[in-house]
Amino acid sequence: MTDHHSDIDSVSGKSTTGHEWDGIKELNTPLPRWWVITFYLTIVWAIGYWVVYPAWPLIASNTTGMFGYSSRADVAVELANLEKIRGGKMVALGAASLADIEKDPALLALARAKGKTVFGDNCAPCHGTGGAGAKGYPNLNDDDWLWGGTLDQIMQTIQFGARSGHAKTHEGQMLAFGKDGVLKGDEIVTVANYVRSLSGLSTRTGFDAAKGEKIFAENCVACHGDGGKGNQEMGAPNLTDKIWLYGSDEATLIETIGQGRAGVMPAWEGRLDPATIKAMAVYVHSLGGGK
Amino acid sequence: MNKTVNPKDLTSDDGGPLYAPHKKVYPQSVSGTFRRIKWGLMAICLGVYYFLPFVRWNRGLGAPSQAVLIDLPNSRFYFFFIELWPQEVYYFTGLLIVAAVALFLMNSVGGRIWCGYLCPQTVWTDVFYAVERLIEGDRRERMKKDKSSDPMKLERISEIVLKHSIWLMIAWWTGGAWVLYFNDAPTLVKELVTFQAPMIAYIWIGILTATTYLLAGYMREQVCTYMCPWPRIQAALTDEWALNVTYRYDRGEKRTSVKKAAELRALGEQVGDCVDCYQCVAVCPTGIDIRNGPQMECIQCGLCIDACDNVMTKIGRPKRLIGYDNDINIHRRQEGKAPIYRIVRARTVVYSAIIVAVGGFMVYTLATRSLLDVNVLHDRNPVAVKLSDGSIRNAYTVRLLNKSGYDRVIAIDAEGPVNLTMHVVGADSVTPDRPMIVIPRDATSELRLLVTAPAENNPDKSIPVRFHVMDIGLGVAATATDNFVAP
Repeated sequence: MTDHHSDIDSVSGKSTTGHEWDGIKELNTPLPRWWVITFYLTIVWAIGYWVVYPAWPLIASNTTGMFGYSSRADVAVELANLEKIRGGKMVALGAASLADIEKDPALLALARAKGKTVFGDNCAPCHGTGGAGAKGYPNLNDDDWLWGGTLDQIMQTIQFGARSGHAKTHEGQMLAFGKDGVLKGDEIVTVANYVRSLSGLSTRTGFDAAKGEKIFAENCVACHGDGGKGNQEMGAPNLTDKIWLYGSDEATLIETIGQGRAGVMPAWEGRLDPATIKAMAVYVHSLGGGK
Repeated sequence: MNKTVNPKDLTSDDGGPLYAPHKKVYPQSVSGTFRRIKWGLMAICLGVYYFLPFVRWNRGLGAPSQAVLIDLPNSRFYFFFIELWPQEVYYFTGLLIVAAVALFLMNSVGGRIWCGYLCPQTVWTDVFYAVERLIEGDRRERMKKDKSSDPMKLERISEIVLKHSIWLMIAWWTGGAWVLYFNDAPTLVKELVTFQAPMIAYIWIGILTATTYLLAGYMREQVCTYMCPWPRIQAALTDEWALNVTYRYDRGEKRTSVKKAAELRALGEQVGDCVDCYQCVAVCPTGIDIRNGPQMECIQCGLCIDACDNVMTKIGRPKRLIGYDNDINIHRRQEGKAPIYRIVRARTVVYSAIIVAVGGFMVYTLATRSLLDVNVLHDRNPVAVKLSDGSIRNAYTVRLLNKSGYDRVIAIDAEGPVNLTMHVVGADSVTPDRPMIVIPRDATSELRLLVTAPAENNPDKSIPVRFHVMDIGLGVAATATDNFVAP
């Protein structure tokens, strides 16, 4: 490399770096002094940053900085402040009875807002964001309730769940009549068609209604009641209405009767505080189907 | 023109500077018609700005009693009898259109009337100059004091301190008045002096104190020349008929001294009225010479007219050697014709028509706007619910808006599928089929509304539903439409 101090560009009169490409030489244009000073200042600033803030990873932890700053602690403080702001209102919600909450527009609005948020966080994965449900997960907007649709019943279901393992959970399930050998294949087909006939759905040709009624009376009435009207004490659905949790087609019914059904609703007591559960009960009730 | 350019001339580091050096302007005091107009307008502008927040307007209990208030926390704007909600922001759009066209109109009638008389930059700079003149003396004294290389004496130091203190106080009052538009003024003043006001109020006062102090005390005409886009736009909006502050060179040239002019006139020769006294330059707040013709720097404040008029009176020549005029008339006078002024012409008529049309439309919509409104949002998930008896239900979120200053009792009706039933969550206990809701004044109320079509009337596709809300006391009504959807 040539000594660039001695290599002066003839046109501009400036020294060059000595780099040459196709006869074009690069002028030696030093960085402006303010730029260089700023650059060194940022380095100094960075060192100060290491001292003040958490910066360097160590083997099991990291340097904590002079003031022990942590963004997690910031969030905790903000959450605590939020609780303080909301405190009074949530206490009022916790103290009011479910019926009173529905009558007081302010409490209702609070419960619905709180309930909607909590529902989205905890319930939506199964029941859908708007509580529309899915196969095996009840639609919470309609007026058909497995375990009852009054405010108290909804709250109880949320608190203790269904087949959740909680001491106070709703118990009772659809038995697996086929798998357990109680009913034979053709009996299951017959009773499935009988169940369809209860709500006015079409039946298979050659279906023996009397035989179906007999099988139903011997096996199903205990839970689903006379005429298949259902029993909320046992979570046995009404078989005469238009709403089907798993489906009303023959194949699904055969599967339901043969294999049984025992969907689980978890217990939320202990996972959510009582006021929140109350808010959620009011929210679900206000979706439209509440009794 | 095809001169060879030396590469050296193209570089900036050894060539000329990249921008013009700041030349400090020392405007001289002047008296006259335009100065009086400027004092008057300054008093009005500053008076309105500083005292408007203290004007009271009774809106009843619970509502703010400040005539002009921007209530950000409650998102309301109050202007005397008008109250605007955030969704009515289009009134501000209309106001901005009117303001812009009014600026165009001013410009096509009388040049930069806005810049010279009304612009805050001009008004505050004028105030700051007045303070400076009062304390440090007029143009010559100020120039002498600035140039002096003698060590400062106590008197000079106290002058400087006093000037900046008064400037800062004016700037501080300017910032202080600004925050009063956003909160109840008397309350906020009390909070400010007892240091109880929110931090944001002090921060804004600080920011606006700093900008006023810098813009009016230091940057002055530099703002107009280098920062403001209006001089550039103005040049595109002016035309040959617009009246601008103009040196009437037909009358002024050739410039001579007073004595020489008298001699030449005695000999019967043609001489100009301009005696080259430089008074127009001395009083100019942007430091230009108006005799060089229209210039971007000229804010057309008219002070050079006053200065020149005073001189003309003294030397016994007619006034308005500098005046509001245009080139057309200068040429006409040179040709010996009478000047013509055309204020009513296509441009000014169109601008006026736009102002009247937009302003009229705004007044009309404001006067006829409904103070009761309803918005409906259909549930998205699920869009429809099948009930156990086979009927179909749709749920809607209904938002009722009561913009009036009193509570309303509202009845809701829906018109859609045959035999529909309607139910408002939380309001069913009073009137189940025709729910009645109370909306507090100046508030919105959100309801969950359930519409059910019986099984035998199930629509097989989406059909429109109309929601009527009616103030049962006053008979005012509003309507919203949505759809009823089958699953």
